[in-house]
Amino acid sequence: MRKGKHTYLPEAGIYILNTCSIVGPNEGRGRFSSYYDQVLEDYDWDCKTHEKTEIKMHKFVIEQVIENSNLGRSDIDCIVGGDLLNQLVASTFAAREFEIPCLGVYSACASFGEALSVSSFLIGKGNMNNVICCTGSHFGAVERQFRYPLELGTQPAPSSQYTVTAAGSALLSVNYKEGVPCLTACTVGKIVDYHICDANNMGAAMAPAAADTILTHLKDTGRGEDYYDYIFTGDLGKYGRETLYYLCKKQGYDLGGCLNDCGALIYKDKQKDMQGGSGAGCLAAVFTAYIYKEMRAGNMKRVLLVPTGALLSKGSSLQGESIPGIAHAVAVEMV
Amino acid sequence: MMDGKEYCEYVSKTAPKTSELKTLLPAFCIGGIICMIGQGFTDLYAYLLPEAEESMIGALTSMTMIFFGALLTGFGIYDKIGGIAGAGSIVPITGFANSIASPAMEFRKEGIIFGLMAKMFVIAGPVIVTGVVSSVIVGIIYTIVAAV
Repeated sequence: MRKGKHTYLPEAGIYILNTCSIVGPNEGRGRFSSYYDQVLEDYDWDCKTHEKTEIKMHKFVIEQVIENSNLGRSDIDCIVGGDLLNQLVASTFAAREFEIPCLGVYSACASFGEALSVSSFLIGKGNMNNVICCTGSHFGAVERQFRYPLELGTQPAPSSQYTVTAAGSALLSVNYKEGVPCLTACTVGKIVDYHICDANNMGAAMAPAAADTILTHLKDTGRGEDYYDYIFTGDLGKYGRETLYYLCKKQGYDLGGCLNDCGALIYKDKQKDMQGGSGAGCLAAVFTAYIYKEMRAGNMKRVLLVPTGALLSKGSSLQGESIPGIAHAVAVEMV
Repeated sequence: MMDGKEYCEYVSKTAPKTSELKTLLPAFCIGGIICMIGQGFTDLYAYLLPEAEESMIGALTSMTMIFFGALLTGFGIYDKIGGIAGAGSIVPITGFANSIASPAMEFRKEGIIFGLMAKMFVIAGPVIVTGVVSSVIVGIIYTIVAAV
């Protein structure tokens, strides 16, 4: 059901039955170390390339989320997956072994939000019963595609972020289960371009999109800024989070108390990570590990997930294009 | 909301900046140490090969430094030095070796020909092109001046 301009409320209850997360060694030493289902000891995981490692990570989270929910593969109607690699080779190659229909989504680092939204449309309209959402990213694979070879001796800019090695999956279902969170609203985000051209400052490029989506969501649903216990943005980083706060404040919304950013939180402060983590696996891992488990434990009741993506390729930056941002909002509540 | 221009101004004013003292000092020190090591090799070769010409000693020193730059890249050490030193480890010839060895390692996974060989100069390529083009220009000017 449509509400307001761009917000959709599912007509049936959509329950997040189960989640699974896997992270790399750096993330495993981070703030949510005890929440992840699996922490890798190294970045290879016995694979010859980092792309293959990322495929294996996607496979792992899909396999585990099915296993943990006591369902068979044939009960899953669709896998909605995404990643940052060209032609979505990580998530789609992982899905090739499952014989489950697959949809690929891309909103850069906001892909998990797009996967949740698309899944909610598929389930909410009564077309499907069980859908798996999974997104992930691998530091090594992303670096070589978007930046430089790993062994090149460059210095990171202070405004830049570190791509996380992480993948997360969530099983969405029409079937009610007690004590699991429910997906209650999706706001599909617009592409917002404020003409930031600095690829080392993605937080600034994405903050206007996040502000636009959050404010649209609040206006559409008529909810105040204190409705949610927490608003988790994807990977704005520490500086991007401050910028988002500033932008919302200028519009008359004070999000100070509830605004958090997964990228800014995923590492501990003493870990050298500049502005924090980024990547399609960032919010996916933090949600499926920390937020989901805290919600089930009753420590969070209403959460708004706002994964954020910076839309660029190596070529687009070199051709002088700016970096537009996108953010999708998904409300997850205990009902 | 603000417009794009106003926002860009806000970002350029507030975005975290590189601390000059924290980056210049290590760049100076580590860059200096690399050059000292290079000078050490020059002195060593001059001592070992007293008959050799100065240009020969220079070439030997460059080759030695390139070797160590590539070796440290292979061991995964040079990128860590680069993380601290920045331009201090990019500008010396060891940085040039690093810029060729690192893509060669990275793209080896796509095969010898289309990976390693094709991608080896993706970073160093512009440096080589600039070097060749400028030497041609200087050569032409030199020839004209010499003829006059």
